[in-house]
Amino acid sequence: MVGLDPRSIVVTEHTGRSVSARDEVLARVRSARAGAELVEPARDYRQTGEHQPGSAALLDLLEDRLVDYRVAVRRTDAAGLRATVADALVAACVAGGPVLRPPGLPATWAPDGQTDDGALSASELDDFAAVVTACRVACAETGTIVLDGEPDQGRRAITLVPDVHVCVVRADQVVHTVPEMLARLDPTRPTTFVSGPSATSDIELDRVEGVHGPRTLSVVLVT
Amino acid sequence: MSTPPTFLGLPAYAPRGVGQLRQDGPFPAAARTALADTQLRRNIGHATQTIRAKRDRVVGEVPDWEELRVAGQQVKAATMARLDEHLERLEREVTARGGVVHWARDANDANAIVTRLVRDTGETEVVKVKSMVTQEIGLNEALADAGIEAYETDLAELIVQLGHDKPSHILVPAIHRNRAEIREIFLRGMPDVPAGLTDDPRQLAMAARAHLRQKFLTAKVAVSGANFAVAATGTLLVVESEGNGRMCLTLPETLITVMGIEKVVPTWRDLEVFLQLLPRSSTGERMNPYTSAWTGVHTTPDGVIDGPRHFHLVLLDNGRAATLADEVGREVLHCIKCSACMNVCPVYERTGGHAYGSVYPGPIGAVLSPQLTGVEDNSSLPYASSLCGACFDACPVRIDIPALLVHLRGKHVEQRRAASRVPTPEAVAMAAASWVMSDPDRFARAERASRLGRLVARRGKLRSLPPPLSAWTSSRDAPVPPAETFREWWAWTRGASS
Repeated sequence: MVGLDPRSIVVTEHTGRSVSARDEVLARVRSARAGAELVEPARDYRQTGEHQPGSAALLDLLEDRLVDYRVAVRRTDAAGLRATVADALVAACVAGGPVLRPPGLPATWAPDGQTDDGALSASELDDFAAVVTACRVACAETGTIVLDGEPDQGRRAITLVPDVHVCVVRADQVVHTVPEMLARLDPTRPTTFVSGPSATSDIELDRVEGVHGPRTLSVVLVT
Repeated sequence: MSTPPTFLGLPAYAPRGVGQLRQDGPFPAAARTALADTQLRRNIGHATQTIRAKRDRVVGEVPDWEELRVAGQQVKAATMARLDEHLERLEREVTARGGVVHWARDANDANAIVTRLVRDTGETEVVKVKSMVTQEIGLNEALADAGIEAYETDLAELIVQLGHDKPSHILVPAIHRNRAEIREIFLRGMPDVPAGLTDDPRQLAMAARAHLRQKFLTAKVAVSGANFAVAATGTLLVVESEGNGRMCLTLPETLITVMGIEKVVPTWRDLEVFLQLLPRSSTGERMNPYTSAWTGVHTTPDGVIDGPRHFHLVLLDNGRAATLADEVGREVLHCIKCSACMNVCPVYERTGGHAYGSVYPGPIGAVLSPQLTGVEDNSSLPYASSLCGACFDACPVRIDIPALLVHLRGKHVEQRRAASRVPTPEAVAMAAASWVMSDPDRFARAERASRLGRLVARRGKLRSLPPPLSAWTSSRDAPVPPAETFREWWAWTRGASS
């Protein structure tokens, strides 16, 4: 095999049978990358931001980024949370409309609504005007909120089909940079990174908010 | 005694006759048609200008952009150096978490696998998330042949599909259409088009929402691509904007994801680089509206299935291993399909994407398509560039596209030389130039002879020359030779004193 053109493919057919697509693709790749040197990547970029998670500067930055995505942001403390969520629902024009909540949302966080038991079909979810959830982590620099399917956020469909999503973010969940955000996540969970309402740039590369996902995203920051 | 190794010989390129990776004719001919379309040039000029300004703004605010680019380049290079190991790990992790992994040598394999998987569900419709790789392999056509209808759900893909058109950009496949044309396409192709639809982009987006809503809510099978796959955990990611991706990845019972083998990254942590580089480079946003990450099949703590019950991952080669075998050319596999290179390319801006023939247009397409197909099948693409270098500066993973273009031009010339005993025109020209330039007297005579060119010049340029020199002037102007050669000027200014 010495002196073999690296582009040629070597497959040992021990049995004379044709090899599987799996074995053939892997053999091609092994042969193709033979001799490639493995160099540990340099990670000289910022790992952490200058601001501590939950600091006032980060909350301001997150709000600035969210507003840039046309997200309505409200701030409150634990005592005012329920009223502020209600206010956010009213502003999104769903006062009195059916509101959905994930099974683990604290009872005091939001006005009464129907708790998702996992049995509602997509079409039934479409009858709900809004959903209220918590989140796992928020990244201030990019204005990103992450949902990971814990009981206070629910299965993915409930934050997708209703047209209004009110998301409660606690100050201690707000980090500065993308690396800090990813470090707080478990990759094996169903994870959705949300940066503003659904949007498209497909018409003349101009951004338009509101396509298939929730057209209104409203964030309540609890300090 | 063991059987000796079997040499399968030539590199396994993407097969002919399936998918969309090859030019119908040479780039200059296709470009001429595109250049004559002033509406197309206006649309693309406007769109690329918009996106360049947005990208510059959000890239400029990242203090460690260059460090991120270097990391992106190095993570990809390290991944490719052990690609087989990462693919095997990915397969193990996906399988352990309830997914099923399939391997496809090429487009035909992948189309057959997906068709069989859809048939097994008993469904005759699938919803699709925008995916370059399924365009590359011609999956929609293969499904249609099997009686399965594929509904594109990305707005731009929908515009292309309803307009019976071809994609012309990897991020915004309908970039060549303006709002008025999109309205026309909707009026003609959407049976449920709202009355009084105007060309306001918001109204057009709302029409698409209404058109696809029932499809999303009732679809049983979805087909997607993937932006990244994390080997260590078996996690797949789709990066999108509209929520059509979330709909397809969450609501159907069966999800089939087709992924090029180069999309794998070793660890979750590696995403901290790419999730910063990709959105800012592609749509000029700090972060795209939605990114979904899933690992196999998910169940909530209460035992409720979260998302599809069945997940299939199809790992596709289709010329990628052959590309990996080229020690220079393999760098193209680092591409994260952001499209920044086409948005800054002066050639793309004028010709648009269709002139490149392949679903991968622009600078990256000019180095990717010829490697997936073998350079002889896309031989004019490596020349579809002025080598200005703007694409390298814009590339978030520092792919040296100009160097790859030159490398592929070299490969093309070598192949032609190997294939024919008759020397090529370039070889003849280079041999003649070498003979002329190796002797001062011959060179001086040639310089003087070049003045003949002044006779056919117009407006300071040589626009067309007789054969064989027409090979040069058919696609470029040549400068007019000066009235006086350098030697003549030297002789009368300094020559007397020396």
